[in-house]
Amino acid sequence: MNGKLFGNFVDMGDSQEFLIISFSSAKTPIQERWRHNSISADFLANYWGTFFPAHSTAPNQHAEVKDAVNFIANELLENAIKFNYYPSGFSMSISLYMSHEALRFYVTNSIAQDNLLIFQNVIHELLAENPQELYIRRLERNADEESGKDSGLGFLTMLNDYNARLAWRFETVQTRPEVTLVTTMVQLPIVRA
Amino acid sequence: MEVKGETYRITYESASATINCEGSLRLYGTSGYNEIVELFNKVADLKPKTITLKLDELKFLNSSGINALSKFVIRVRNQKASELIVRGTKLFPWQGKSLKNLQRLMPEMKLEIS
Repeated sequence: MNGKLFGNFVDMGDSQEFLIISFSSAKTPIQERWRHNSISADFLANYWGTFFPAHSTAPNQHAEVKDAVNFIANELLENAIKFNYYPSGFSMSISLYMSHEALRFYVTNSIAQDNLLIFQNVIHELLAENPQELYIRRLERNADEESGKDSGLGFLTMLNDYNARLAWRFETVQTRPEVTLVTTMVQLPIVRA
Repeated sequence: MEVKGETYRITYESASATINCEGSLRLYGTSGYNEIVELFNKVADLKPKTITLKLDELKFLNSSGINALSKFVIRVRNQKASELIVRGTKLFPWQGKSLKNLQRLMPEMKLEIS
């Protein structure tokens, strides 16, 4: 596999079921993109919910899976839209792959060179520290700050509340000008009844 | 007091000192929550004896919204003037997962998820 990896990045390869959605990188106003996010996250939640029927032996699982997919997909799409490097013209995508023990989300977007190191430092912190302590510390710090800054809670909520595992892959896909794509992987543990 | 948008409605009923949050909250970044945080702050600053935060009709909340709720809880905690009850529902599984974090911020807060 090419690129620089952070965390235990599992390739998309071996899943029986998957769904991929790609988005153009056109300069659509962010408010409009935000609305598209909700529609995509709701759709993904409903789609994956059908694999865990409400009348099965684990009826709560239907609601649990739908709710978790909706939250995680929405957060990942929000991040992709906020941090995508639009001048690159590279499209963004979200895909979900299901195996027996997990649902894996992959979101790919381009990233501005200026943001690379900043983001990689955030990743180092997320992978190295206790997520619960980091989460509470972040909430306390955010309460002291004026709004406008990023809350920085999306990945932490996935780690802390959803027992998700996170990993990233950075790939340089073009030189002159240099374009880097980042793929965020979120692995949500699931046991199919 | 009320703040509402296309997919949500936040109201404050002063007689029962209850904030009710309904719908889906997926606003843009922390700044998207400014109006809601303002309502929360006003309620905290009124310092009622007991504040009830009803979330059992709140279907969805993004992480910026979780941040807005946490700010409210920290403000009430720091003012030491009001008791806080947070009511949620098992129907929306995110509440069972994420609301317990509010209690870590304010251990004396009552969390009722039914």
